[in-house]
Parts: sequence; structure tokens; C-alpha cells
Amino acid sequence: MTIIETKNLNLHYGDNHALINVSLSFMKNEITALIGPSGCGKSTFLRVLNRMNDIIKDVRIDGEVIFDGVNIYAPDIDPMRIRKNIGMVFQKPNPFPMSIYDNVAYAPRYHKVKKRAVLDEIVEKSLRKAALWEEVKDRLKKSALSLSGGQQQRLCIARAVALEPEILLLDEATSALDPISTFKIEDLIQDLKKTYTVIMVTHNMQQAARVSNKTAFFLLGDMLEFGDTEKIFGNPVNPKTQEYVSGRFG
Amino acid sequence: MNNDSPYKRTVHMDTVIIRTLACLAAGIALLILFGIIGYIFFQGLPAINWAFLSTEPSFLDQTYGIAPMIINTVYITVLALLIILPIGIGGAIYLSEYSKQGKILSLIRFTIEILSGIPSIVYGLFGALFFVLFFNMGYSILAGAFTLALIVLPIVVRTTEESLKSVDPTYREAALSMGVNKLYTIRTILLPCAMPGIIAAIILSVGRMVGESAALLCTSGTAYQLPGDIATHYKNSGATLAVQIYQCFTERPPGMTDATPFAIAAILMLVVLLLNFLTYIVGKGIKRG
Repeated sequence: MTIIETKNLNLHYGDNHALINVSLSFMKNEITALIGPSGCGKSTFLRVLNRMNDIIKDVRIDGEVIFDGVNIYAPDIDPMRIRKNIGMVFQKPNPFPMSIYDNVAYAPRYHKVKKRAVLDEIVEKSLRKAALWEEVKDRLKKSALSLSGGQQQRLCIARAVALEPEILLLDEATSALDPISTFKIEDLIQDLKKTYTVIMVTHNMQQAARVSNKTAFFLLGDMLEFGDTEKIFGNPVNPKTQEYVSGRFG
Repeated sequence: MNNDSPYKRTVHMDTVIIRTLACLAAGIALLILFGIIGYIFFQGLPAINWAFLSTEPSFLDQTYGIAPMIINTVYITVLALLIILPIGIGGAIYLSEYSKQGKILSLIRFTIEILSGIPSIVYGLFGALFFVLFFNMGYSILAGAFTLALIVLPIVVRTTEESLKSVDPTYREAALSMGVNKLYTIRTILLPCAMPGIIAAIILSVGRMVGESAALLCTSGTAYQLPGDIATHYKNSGATLAVQIYQCFTERPPGMTDATPFAIAAILMLVVLLLNFLTYIVGKGIKRG
């Protein structure tokens, strides 16, 4: 079942045509990897999906992004509500300078969860989902900045899933981490797909091949090829895709 | 060593001369600085005692004390902070978080730059016309506080804005991605992160206000009887420490001696030194945090 799809999506940064007629649909409870060389538009595309490009100056977006049956760029849509349902984790771990508990409780508190017991439950559940609970359950009141980089990134995942989003967007979420933390997060992503739909941008082709069900290949703002990950990495149709996944450029 | 070696050290006369001159210049600057501080402390400190700090100038007894000036200084400074902090911090939040790059923003910034370059006597003149006369506050602590608030506005806005801008931009992104609105982000993340900068802004402002005299002469006046409660005293005239130094040369309050202005100056300088030290501590806190 399709959960989110783009139809003839075009994005301009000023005069720069950064995304050209991209039509893609993402299946519920699947992991889709967006790959391509730097500057190909994959991160820009990811940010279209939860309207994170809204804050950037001189961005023009045409086309449709259909989520839950509505075009999220329709004028009567509140982007805040969209983002509540489509969470995001960034390249650099960026926990807030507050306690581990407060980080996870941050958005639920804003969205009117007031009761202590309910918050406690959300915090524990989210940390468990992020495979971090066992490591931090005795020091929830400690500063999140005292955690290691890999733990911080899992905390950011916990913070994003605390809102029970339907989709989780990962923007090169492991590129700042060491290999062991990276594997932990890859395992975690496999778990997360049971509950969420995961769309991830990655520079690391092995990671895309290891983790994802579907892969989309971007080049210079064009989405050149989209399909099952085995197909994209094993027997792609487009010769450019073939060149990229075999490491001939990138 | 062979005297013809190409690696032999040679002495360049021009380097030596420049270095000597530079050292001399630095020495003179330091000497002047310490000379002034030393002279003021030497002249002033012996005159400071408990009676000096805790009494008011008395025509009857011909005794002198600076208690009223200390209290006036505290009143004016605190009132001015109460006036300026909401406006200054609010303005900084607008500039850093809400404003869009463009003509209006450059105009606001330009205006703030200009404000910080205006001589304080001009602020005094404006305060005298605007607060004292137009708003009918009279020569009063309140009029002085409003005028001081204007003077430190650029310091508060600029320092707060800088510290807001130095907050990790990925925090804003993360908060945005959770469907949280700007106000909540400002309240829960940006302001707490910017707090050391805001405290530095407060300390810098207090330093500026404590030392201000010209602007207050025109607005809060020169009365030096012991003030009452702030609830009533805000509408009365009152001299601050800096203003009183000026008065020592013009009207000679009762009981004062030649050492009195130096003693007040010494106290002002101690306060300013203390404030600078506090700024330094807070600054170190920022780097570590």
C-alpha cells in the first residue's frame, strides 16, 4: 500500500532546477533508500516530504506530494501537523542540551501530553524502540550531551518516534558515526520498519544494499531509476545507475 | 663556526628599533592606566569608611555620606533593566528568529548602530524633552531610568542577538521537524541556550549605566537627600554616584572634602572591575557550555 507519493515534483532554488519531474511512491512498512552523488537532489527530495524546505529562501515547489490522501502542499494544510506525522533524523546527532528524558518528552509535551505517568510511558517506549533504553534507563535525568555519538543518534530516533509518526525520514543518519554505531542503527532501522515506513538518504551504497527494500537513484535532480534494491544493485536498467552502483563515479 | 656561513645570525637594526618603540608605547599605555587607577585609589580609599557609605550629606551637621547616591544608582539601574530587558530581548528575538533579510532589517540594524554612537548628553537632552517634559515625569528616577534604557538598548539587542545566532542551528531544524512551533522552540531551547549571552548583556549594560552622568544630569536631577521606598521615590529627583562626582565640582555638597570625588570614583571603579570580572566568568561559562 502506498503511504506517500510525489507526482511531477519540481523544485527550484532561485534559478537552479534542483528536482526535475520526480514521481515516486513509497510503500507502507518498507525501507526505501535514496542514493546518488553529492548534489543530486536526494536530500532536497527527502526534505520535500515533510516540508522542511519551507524555511529556505527562494525555494519554489510545483507538483504534488500526496500523504494520507491529501496534497501536503495544498494551501489549507498546516505543515506543523504534517511534520508531526513524518519524523526526521539528521546527519549530525543533535540532541537538545537538556536531559535524556526531556529530549524524548520534548515534542509530546508540546502536543499537550501533560500527565507524568503518560509521559514516562512514552519515554520508555520510545527509548526501547530506539534500542537505547537498557543503556540509559538509570540516568534519564542526565544531560543528553553526555552520551556517545551513536547513543545521541539513537536518542534522536527515540525523540522522533515519540510522536508515533507514520513515516521516518533519515537524512544520512549514520554518516557521522563509527562503524559499530552504524551497524546498531542499521539493525534498529530493520526493526523500525515493522511499525514505520522508513525513507533514508545515504552516501553509503553498501548500507543501501544491506538495509533497504527499494532504492531510488538520483542524478542531477533527475530520479533515474527506482525499484527493488536487489534489482538496482544487481541488474539495473539505466547504464548510469550501473556505473554509479559499481563505483565508477560518485 | 665559520664566519662566512650563509646561516649565520645577523642583527637587523630596523627590527630592533621597531620592537623597542612598540614596547615603549605599550609601557606608556599601561603606565597611564595603572597611574590613573592607582592615583584614584590612593586619593579616594582613605576617605571610605562606614559612615561615608551609610549616611547622607547633612547641612545641619556638615557631614557627608553617599548612601542616597548608592540607593539612587540601584533604583535607576534596576528600573532601567526592567524597562529595557523585555524590549531589548524581544527585539533581539525578532531580529534573529522572525525578521526576513531585506531593506527593513538593514534599516533596523543601521539604526541600532547609530544609536550606540550617539553622545550620552544628546540622550540626556532627548530624555529631558521627551520623558521629563512631554510625559511630565519631571526630574525623576523614572525619567532617568527610561533615558538609560535607551542608552543601553543597542548593547542588549546586539549581545542577545549574537548569542541567539550562535545557538546550534540544527536545534531549530530538529524542533521544526517535530511539528513544534517557533514560540515553543524559542522558550524551551533558544533562550536557555542564549542565557549566558543575555547575562553578559545585562552585566555590560549595568556597567554602562553605573558610569553614566551627563544623560542623568538632564533627566533624574541632582537631589541627594536619603530617598524613600521606590514605590514613591521613582517620581522624585535623585543623583547617582557618577552624577554626584560632577556635583562635587559644581555645588560642593555639605561636609564633602577634596578626597570625596576620588572616593566615589574609587567605588565606581571597583563596581566596574567587579562587573568586568563577572562578564569574564560568564564568558568562560559560554565557551565551556
